[in-house]
Amino acid sequence: MRRTRRQRGTRVGDLRIKGRRASPGFAAGEVAVLPRNAAARVPTGDPAQEASALERAMKAAASELAELARRTQGEESDIIGFQLALLSDAALFEPAIAAIKNSESADHAWSSVLDREIADYEAAEDEYFRARAGDFKDIRDRVLTHLTGAQVTAPRSGAILVADDLPPSRFLAIDWSRGGAILLTGGSASSHVAMLARSRGVPMIVGLGGGVATLTGEVLVDAGAGEVIASPSEEERRRFEAKQRVDLHFASEAATLRDKPAVTRDGTAIAVHLNISDPDELVSLDPIVCDGIGLVRTEFLFHTRRGLPDEETQFRVYRRIASWAGGKPVTIRTLDAGGDKPVEGLTFEGESNPFLGVRGIRLSLARPNVFRVQLRALARAAMHGNVRIMLPMITIPDEIAAARAMLDQEVRSLVAAGIPARRPPIGIMVEVPAVAIAIDLYDTEFYSIGSNDLTQYVTAAGRDVAAVADLADASHPAIMRLIERVARHGRERKQEVCLCGDIGGDAETIPSLLRAGLRSLSVPPAMLARAKAAIAAVDLRVVQPTIVSLRP
Amino acid sequence: MSNSFVVASAKLTNAVGLHARPSVKLTQLAKSFASDLEVALAPDGPWLDAKSPVKIMRVKASRGTVLHFRARGADAAAAVASAIQLVERRFDEEDEAAAGNARG
Repeated sequence: MRRTRRQRGTRVGDLRIKGRRASPGFAAGEVAVLPRNAAARVPTGDPAQEASALERAMKAAASELAELARRTQGEESDIIGFQLALLSDAALFEPAIAAIKNSESADHAWSSVLDREIADYEAAEDEYFRARAGDFKDIRDRVLTHLTGAQVTAPRSGAILVADDLPPSRFLAIDWSRGGAILLTGGSASSHVAMLARSRGVPMIVGLGGGVATLTGEVLVDAGAGEVIASPSEEERRRFEAKQRVDLHFASEAATLRDKPAVTRDGTAIAVHLNISDPDELVSLDPIVCDGIGLVRTEFLFHTRRGLPDEETQFRVYRRIASWAGGKPVTIRTLDAGGDKPVEGLTFEGESNPFLGVRGIRLSLARPNVFRVQLRALARAAMHGNVRIMLPMITIPDEIAAARAMLDQEVRSLVAAGIPARRPPIGIMVEVPAVAIAIDLYDTEFYSIGSNDLTQYVTAAGRDVAAVADLADASHPAIMRLIERVARHGRERKQEVCLCGDIGGDAETIPSLLRAGLRSLSVPPAMLARAKAAIAAVDLRVVQPTIVSLRP
Repeated sequence: MSNSFVVASAKLTNAVGLHARPSVKLTQLAKSFASDLEVALAPDGPWLDAKSPVKIMRVKASRGTVLHFRARGADAAAAVASAIQLVERRFDEEDEAAAGNARG
């Protein structure tokens, strides 16, 4: 099996674009880019006429929404009902009319009032409230459409829609019965439209960036992996279809396995943890489905428009995740910026080869003031659950010692200041080949194999270089032998070894991983049920020489 | 008609706080009374019109927040009592909220 997936970043070569999963599923089809709303209107210059134009447009928009509400039910009807309630609220109408009396045009007055609300929601701390900006944009644009008299053309059914964002009412106006998918350059997995997509089973990816808007022709969408493949080759199409079949095969039995502990056919218990990139991924999940969280990526905290996150902001997010997990372990990776994940004002610019440059722990040790803030927030969150700290890109033991010393200092300073904190265990990512080869030199409290980076460093082939992506094959015997070596070391030292790369959730690779000695995997929420189903199918009593030779 | 306010408070215990659907339910309830029902996050205000979903949503109240209600008018006591009951009944949607996706 050869594959060319990657875990993070946005653009991969010319062919693959990565975003965040909002609703899992597969789709293939022609892209249809939704135009931005850009119709112009000539104002009458008369406040009375402008006011009545706005009233007419609002009435027309309200009756459209009322009609949509009649045609929908349950959650869908509630979302439209919410918009209708907002649209009927004098709190929006009155300030717009006041602005019109002040000689503003109807469209400008309406937009200003709504834009103020939208800006307020976009600045909200809570992701749910931030996502409500989408509802206000939807209302704004619906009224503007009536004001300008612009025609909204419905995309054909079965199309792969590409847009900056998709208003919920627009989603409901589209016929999804013939498949299709939603690809957003921006957007949020907490938006109403994402909820609708999940409930209707429409695949949806958010945060794909501007590149996706330039796509034409046929694309393959693997929304569970957050991935779009443009201009697919025959080979890619074949792989995509195979994956889709595996997905279907596991879907039915997986549903019944999701809530149960993972056990192989021979009765060996396997710990299955979750990888998350955003705490909102936990919203619809019960902690019972997993043995803990094996990887919390913290990069999302560092990509806000409001600069680097302060201690309190980080603490609240970590605490929220720790509380969700109850007493189960929550392994939080310190900032893994650099490489293909620059953070403005933090990472080093102009590196000739960023993947071999200042990234992960190297960056954190080079920016101790930023790192210490994160360590303090983690030590405080450790009071609220079983928090563990994981260091990315460790290359030499001294880096662990340096991080440990800084953590100890920060815990002492917090306690001295009367702030509740404790020292969480520290573990490391095994992703630099030097560590995997000489694992016995690295004294730490747990290990997690980052198979994505380990693979690209061992094969010297980047996941983001389309021409060599096939060489970056995680099932290469060299990778499997390293995994086996690290797993054996963990067993001998009685230290946990987990694996948190893409292959951990891959049904085809899971048998090899378990045979290599791994007993703990960490997978994205969408892969959880499938991973458990794949584990259940493995019989470790049956010996298979899976890691001795290269597959054709 | 009395000129004094009827006042009471209740804690938001539903999982999602004052999100879209609970806000709509609260405003619909408020509109069913003749009295002006108002809501605030502190006992001394600022007071917001509970009949306005735009204003209620602006509060962005999460679970654990204490909501203060006040009303003045003929049916003020009933308006405040009904609002308190709605909050205490967790807006009649806890089962759905517990099921996860129903954050609307």
